[in-house]
This record gives sequence, C-alpha cells and structure tokens, in this order.
Amino acid sequence: MSLVVRLRSAVCLLGRFPALAGVDLDVDEGELVLLSGPNGAGKTTLLRLLAGMVPLHSGEAHVLGHDLARDRRAHRRDLALVGHETFCYDDLTVAENLRFAARAAGRAASASDEAMARLGLERLAGVTHGRLSAGQRRRLALAVALARDPRLLLLDEPHAGLDAQGREVLDAVLGSAPADGRTVIVASHELDRARALANREVHVVAGQAHATEAPFAPALVVDAAT
Amino acid sequence: MSLLRELWLVTEKDLRIELRSRVTLGQVLPFGLIVLLLFAFALDPDRGLLPKVAPGLFWVAVLLAALLAISRSFSIEQANGARDGLRLSGLDTGAMFLGKALAVVVQLLALEVVLGLGVVLFYDLTPRAAEILVPTAVAATVGLAAAGTLYGVLAAGLRVRETLLPLLLLPVLAPVMLGATRAFEAGLGLNGSTGEAWPWVELLALFAVIYTTMGFLAFGPLLEEA
Repeated sequence: MSLVVRLRSAVCLLGRFPALAGVDLDVDEGELVLLSGPNGAGKTTLLRLLAGMVPLHSGEAHVLGHDLARDRRAHRRDLALVGHETFCYDDLTVAENLRFAARAAGRAASASDEAMARLGLERLAGVTHGRLSAGQRRRLALAVALARDPRLLLLDEPHAGLDAQGREVLDAVLGSAPADGRTVIVASHELDRARALANREVHVVAGQAHATEAPFAPALVVDAAT
Repeated sequence: MSLLRELWLVTEKDLRIELRSRVTLGQVLPFGLIVLLLFAFALDPDRGLLPKVAPGLFWVAVLLAALLAISRSFSIEQANGARDGLRLSGLDTGAMFLGKALAVVVQLLALEVVLGLGVVLFYDLTPRAAEILVPTAVAATVGLAAAGTLYGVLAAGLRVRETLLPLLLLPVLAPVMLGATRAFEAGLGLNGSTGEAWPWVELLALFAVIYTTMGFLAFGPLLEEA
C-alpha cells in the first residue's frame, strides 16, 4: 500500500502564530483517518496544508507523491476539499456547479450526474446554489467533491448542517471510500459517528498531531448501495 | 485537458453567471449609457462640440463600464469561497486568466456595440471606416480586459478592492484611452487622415500582448496570495 500523505515536523504559520507546530503524519492509500481535537487545535489548517492552500513554513510535506515545499498546486487535480464553505457559485444551478467541478478536474460530465444521484440532489438539479437551504448546500459541497473523483478526500466538519438523512448519505460515502480506492481524512466533532467509520484516529492539540491509539478496524461498514 | 478547453470552461462559467444574473445588462450597460447622456447634457450638442469629442467620451464611458465589469468578474469569486474552489480546481492558472479575460472581452464588446449606437444617436455622429474602428475596438478591449483581470486578481483578496481597483487600474489604462481615442478620431476623419490611425492601433495591440503575457504568467502566483 502506498503512502498518500507523509508529514515530518510540518510547521504552518498563520501570521506569526504557529497553527501547526511540527506535525508528523503518515496516511496510507485507502485509509479513513479521523482528525479529532478541540476548536483552534489546527485541524482545519492541517487539511488546508494537505490541499496546498496554506504554505509549509518548515519541515516536510509530501501529498500524493508531490513535495508541497516545491509545488503546492500540482496535486490538486487529484484531491477534493470539503470545507466550511461550498466553493460554489450562487448563480449556477446544482447541475452546472457539479459539471464545472467535474470538467475542471478532467472528469467526464457523467461523473457529475453520478455525484448528484449519490447525494440525492437530482430533484434540485435546476435550482441555483443561492436558493438552496444550508443543508442542501452541504450536500452539494460533498457532491462537488465526489464529482472530481478524487484520490484524496479532505473533509472539514462534514456532518455540520446535515439532517439525519444527509448524515446517512455522508456515512455511506465515507464507508465506501476504501472500496472506491479513495483515501479520506476527516476532521469532525461528531466523534461517535466518525469513529464508527474510521480506521484510525489522530488527535490534534495545539498544532500537534498524536495518534490516540493503535489502528482500529471500522466498527461500522456501510454498504455504498444503501 | 488542453489549455483551450480549460480556458473555455472558465469563460463559459463566467458568461453563464452573467447571463443569469444580468448585472452587465441590467446595471453596467445602463450606467454606460447614462454617462454618454450626461456628457451630451454637459457639453451642449447645439455648439457642435460633441461630434468632435465623441471618440474620447465613448472610450471614457467604456472605461468606466469596464471597471464595473472587471470588479464583477472577481466579486463572483468572493461568495461561498469560490476563489478557493477555483484554486483547488486543478485548472491551469494561465487558462484561468485567459478564460476570465475572454469573458470580460465578450461582455465589453457587446457593451461597445450598444454604446456605439448611443454615440450615433446622442452625438449625431455618422459611423464610417469600420476597417479601422473594429480592429481598434478589439485591440483596446483585449488590453482593457487583460490589464483589468491582472489587477483584478491583485486586489481580489483585499477588503478595499472596490475602491483600490480603479486607483490601480486607471493610470495603467491611460495608454489604451489615448490610443483608442486617437485611432477613432483618425478613423472618423475628426483629426488627421485615416492612415494616421494605424500606429495607434499597433500601440493598442502591443499593450494587449504585453498585458496578456504578464497576466498569463502572473495570475497563478497572485491568485495564491490573494
């Protein structure tokens, strides 16, 4: 199994503040890693570092075989980040936002249809993003990420704002990630829910990552078809 | 995906957003027409001054409208973290620049046609020498859009971008104003022979090439820092 993420003493500064203060982390292909920790611990910064959205101040960071110290853009086509915002355009419909994301990642337009169906957004295909509810926007954000068919999926509080049905859909997506050949790193405060799906938990405190325990097998395997 | 396909993907996205939001049609175009009308009131058409200064007034109206169109081109990337989405898309940054600039070119050319009709109507000017006016308009518009898109991304991440953009851009666009006005004057026989228009058209083309090249190279790093 190849290493998708390799961080060694990775330091990220936000201004002068070390948001990440020497993180070591290895993630294998097909793993689902849960990042836990209090607010402000550095989980979001860690995800943004992996996506190449914030520069590495010192240390080593290799993601999908690319050295982020040299180039933090080259690996972006093969990853997707679901953050606090949807990254969508208010005046484009659900279908248009998805198609743009899929085509930008070099995927066929059918990838956007599949993502739309998987997140149960078909009946909203012609609705503009600006008219969606907060929960529907969260689903769309996840669909946009899936439409890119990423090798590495980075999720920042993906359960937030989702209703019960949306959470079940999200769990199905997370549960089927290894079978889809996808590596997932998820930062969440919904620990019980996320732990049930994760292979491993990494606790982030004060900008440092600590493995909480030995790798554990997922307690709940969700069939992608459900 | 080829550069041309990526370029068109961004252009299509921006134009689709514009067609749906109708900001250029509903706000920028009326603004340009009002500017032309105000000049007509201010300079009193009875004294025959308006036809003589019509080229300059036309390009001032285009320039002011272009500032709005360029600002709009980047404000659509502000909402919902769309700019981060664009960064993460994996699209070539040169293609992003060319795509956004091309969308502005299309909007400005459409705007110029309507404003041109406004000049004929309000300023009592007979259009002629299309072989000079058309290349002048195309070269000037490409220059406006290229420089505008470059400075637009420079100001994109700033809270004061709406006020800063005109301050940065207007001095840079002075050669476009001068060249386009002189070429139009010569083309319309208001100042010198039609042959005197070509050096100005060449200047406009040079400006367009320089700013298109600069934007193609600098857009990526500027987008990362915005």
